[in-house]
Amino acid sequence: MLIRKPTDIRPSEITSESNYLNRRDFIRAGTVAAGSILAPPALGAVVPEQVRGGIPGIIKSEFSTDETANSYEDISTYNNYYEFGTGKSDPAVYSRDFEPRPWTITVDGHAEKTGTFDFDEFIKPFDAEERIYRMRCVEAWSMVIPWAGISLAEIVKSFNPTSKAKYVAFETLNDSDRMPGQRRRSLAWPYREGLTIEEATNPLAILAVGLYGEALPNQNGAPIRLVVPWKYGFKGIKGIVRISFVEDMPPTSWNMSQPREYGFYANVNPEVSHPRWSQGRERRIGAGLFSSKIPTQMYNGYGEQVAHLYKDLNLRRNF
Amino acid sequence: MLPLGFALGDLLGYTGSLGANPVEELQDRFGNWGLRFVMITLTVTPLRKITGKVWLLRFRRMLGLFAFFYILLHFLNWFILDQGMLWSAIVEDLVERPFITLGFTGLVLLTAMALTSTTGMRRRMGKRWDKLHYSVYVVGILGVWHYWWQVKSDITEPLIYAAVLAVLLGYRLLTRRRTR
Repeated sequence: MLIRKPTDIRPSEITSESNYLNRRDFIRAGTVAAGSILAPPALGAVVPEQVRGGIPGIIKSEFSTDETANSYEDISTYNNYYEFGTGKSDPAVYSRDFEPRPWTITVDGHAEKTGTFDFDEFIKPFDAEERIYRMRCVEAWSMVIPWAGISLAEIVKSFNPTSKAKYVAFETLNDSDRMPGQRRRSLAWPYREGLTIEEATNPLAILAVGLYGEALPNQNGAPIRLVVPWKYGFKGIKGIVRISFVEDMPPTSWNMSQPREYGFYANVNPEVSHPRWSQGRERRIGAGLFSSKIPTQMYNGYGEQVAHLYKDLNLRRNF
Repeated sequence: MLPLGFALGDLLGYTGSLGANPVEELQDRFGNWGLRFVMITLTVTPLRKITGKVWLLRFRRMLGLFAFFYILLHFLNWFILDQGMLWSAIVEDLVERPFITLGFTGLVLLTAMALTSTTGMRRRMGKRWDKLHYSVYVVGILGVWHYWWQVKSDITEPLIYAAVLAVLLGYRLLTRRRTR
């Protein structure tokens, strides 16, 4: 896959939003646009023109949900990305001038192939798939997001991790000049996350590079971020610059910050409350002021694909 | 009333927008304004003592009622829109989430003060009125604590409220010691 910068693309090549939506079944597209109930905006309004970079040849996936996706606006204006500020609308505002190029990803640790790779070279061998996933934040809200991404399992396998690679650790860029939120110690920078090797090679896990068929917006973790839909959103580390194959469970940012409240696994689990609030229900963003919360599903509804990973694990202790 | 005006304006899309999660946005705004009015109300007495302007006291009741008004909206927003009046969830939150218990206790105290805020009630209650209305100090502490406890990791804002409250209550402690 090749992500082209908007300047590389001739106007005639750009898939218009209406075509993009036609490719998807029309009914779902209608409901996407119908984020506002009164008057559905013109279809072209869903993705702002200036962000249309185009990811060609996105393959559909059987893992996609057929639930109504949230609007591009909701997904790109309501974010937790403390590198750009702690308010929900901060990332969209303070990442406006962020340049996700040039970008390199360093792969190190227990793998046969390691090194530092230019982002575009890194993703080139892989196909982009559309994965429409539920995203459940630990703060008890949720969205449905049409990612474009690469199977993490395929990426992991391509580096031939050795038998010592029990975990995969990720790191976000650490550069307070480019990420102004890092000037404050709201978390210990760089942001760190990790998965067991079994989780990382589960077919649901992806590294997302796009949203709504276009390059990932800065505030959603450009150029590349982790998406593990059966876990709370904070596991989905953004702006990844390092992937390490390690033997021991790696430290993770929210767990370092508040170990009583945020565990390593962070699987969505309505039975295990956050110490300060219930995880039993969630507010679906975009459902409107008077809609009630919906019940949270075990593993965010992805138990069929992932429950076997945890059959010997005490979920109350390993939250 | 301006904050409420803006909240309604944003809700209807005239003055702006409440963003992707309007319920949460309203919850935060009402709570913030309630806490601000608690702080402003607590500023009246020190300001009067420092400036000697007795007419300032005339605004104290109104400011206190504004605090009550916004905290009540904060509560109703949680009760109706956020929890959807689902009693099991509400009781669970009140009992099991200490920060909600704190906030609710503050609201109960504010309600008692609001109900007894009329001149007639004040006259009838005499010394007991003063005692009851001193609980505004407790409300200030509960409010800041409630906010602090609810924040995920960035405590800057609750810290500012805590500092303001410390000055306002600290002033009272100091002056009381001096007059003794």
